[in-house]
Amino acid sequence: MKTFKGRVLASGHFKGEAIVSHQGVNTLATFQKSALKNAKQVIASDQNNPDLFGKNITGKALCLPITIGSTTGGLVIQTVCSMGINPSCFLFSENIDSLAASGIVLAKVWNDSDVIAIDGLGKEFLDTVKSGDQIEVKEDGTVTIL
Amino acid sequence: MYTPKMSLTDEELSILNGDKGETLAKVMETVVRFGDIFGAPKLVEVTHHEGHLVTSFGIGLLKPLFKTMDELIASDLHTIGKFTLDPRPLDYKNVKCNLLEKLVFSKIMYSKQKMYEEQLKKVGLKDENAFSCTCYLKEVGNTPKKGDILSWAESSAVVYANSVLGARCNRNSGMLDLFGSVLGKVPYFGLLTDEGRKATWRIEIKTSKLPEAQVLGSAIGMKVMEDVPYVIGLDKFLGKELNDTTCAYLKDFGAASASNGAVGLYHVDNLTPEAKELGQKLIVKDAKTYVIDDEELERIYQSYPIMWKKPNKRGNLVFIGCPHLTYSQLVDWTNKIGRSLAKHGRKKVNRRVIMTCAPDVKEKFIKSEQYPMLMSYGVKLSSICPLMYTNNPITHSKRIMTNSNKLRTYSMARYYKDDDLLEVITKGGK
Repeated sequence: MKTFKGRVLASGHFKGEAIVSHQGVNTLATFQKSALKNAKQVIASDQNNPDLFGKNITGKALCLPITIGSTTGGLVIQTVCSMGINPSCFLFSENIDSLAASGIVLAKVWNDSDVIAIDGLGKEFLDTVKSGDQIEVKEDGTVTIL
Repeated sequence: MYTPKMSLTDEELSILNGDKGETLAKVMETVVRFGDIFGAPKLVEVTHHEGHLVTSFGIGLLKPLFKTMDELIASDLHTIGKFTLDPRPLDYKNVKCNLLEKLVFSKIMYSKQKMYEEQLKKVGLKDENAFSCTCYLKEVGNTPKKGDILSWAESSAVVYANSVLGARCNRNSGMLDLFGSVLGKVPYFGLLTDEGRKATWRIEIKTSKLPEAQVLGSAIGMKVMEDVPYVIGLDKFLGKELNDTTCAYLKDFGAASASNGAVGLYHVDNLTPEAKELGQKLIVKDAKTYVIDDEELERIYQSYPIMWKKPNKRGNLVFIGCPHLTYSQLVDWTNKIGRSLAKHGRKKVNRRVIMTCAPDVKEKFIKSEQYPMLMSYGVKLSSICPLMYTNNPITHSKRIMTNSNKLRTYSMARYYKDDDLLEVITKGGK
């Protein structure tokens, strides 16, 4: 078991599976295909991200450095949160970027989403956690790889 | 009620507390929460009130967007200045679709387009020609001055405004762009501050010729992600003055850096306004270095995956103009196509080729001597958003070719360098 502590941006408790991207997650490219199809889950569609491409990320703890890409990013996060097909948690190893922050805030203020977001977990977190690991996220920003 | 961390004026607090209505309070809360995440000490006035929104498409699934727009309209809220926004997703006249495609586009995917455009008009849309990602071009006229504070989104427009015009804008998301334009205020952090505009990457260009703008931008974007790069050695090829040619190059370079990474500002030594003013003092002491030579550019180019279902088959649709082409780029492409067709003994391009530009640029180009030439070559000219057009399951079966690294990133389109694409569309045979 290894524990990391980050800054809480949107609090909540989560116990479940991690999915890890070691590179910046391109929000539009990752979510758009599933969102456009009104799918029940997000199968990551960013061809440039081999860590996530083709994998289901709905309901999981998405571990990532930051998000990148088009400035529709925040609206895309808000939309998948409103559709209920979002990753349950966004766990950022770095400080959150402006697009992801917009999405989390929009989802909270306008959709009362229960999405969890923690940033600043550190490079070691991303080096340690592996896709498929079971992790627990606590309200105080503690993330434990079980 | 949300307790802000930043310092707000009495008026701002009053809005946050709901004294001017529940909807405006939510708008303020969103902007303040967003700023608090980044440690913004305060809100600052937007000085260029003509906003630019990224969300131009009425995709049915964007229910949160339409609901928020309805709330704004019901509360009689609108932007302080008129705004431009990204291109429309459809243009049946110039980007022909079959019956099935039209059915899917109009009735399913973009079923809310008309309704959304009505909403946009009510909150401050500039006019019918306002739909372009290149709002900053002189023909379109939404052109901020150096030092202006903006509330824009659209990654390619933000990076251009920051880097080439010297305006100040964070990489806002859709909705935050609108909210800042309604409030006339944005949080003070990041690219709005002198400190946030300093470069944390030193990029050394050691290529044998001017790099392809879209590949160079892609390489830098993928390397620096959201950091600020200071590019040294590009002025050797581009010169030291911003003119139509260099601005067009920087437009395409920036769009690739913003979409392949998350670059919101770059400086080019001896060329962009802040680099001209402050030089390499803009680079922080512990900046990282990335050297780009011919080999590195080729490595990046070769790394792009080909997503076509049948990669060996002939491409059947070409998009040139993501971001939208400038007037001088349209003239240049027309002349190049003409010369290449003549070289190959042909009169028309050999497949569907669509060039895209802002409606105002198109109106100007239609009056030019090149327009009838381009039409005679069989090229279509549209103001569509190629990205929105290709973002659907039906067009996934098309083998789309493009010289846009942004379009490549967000679609199944295959990337070609400018000269390669020119050769492909003008040569004889298959």
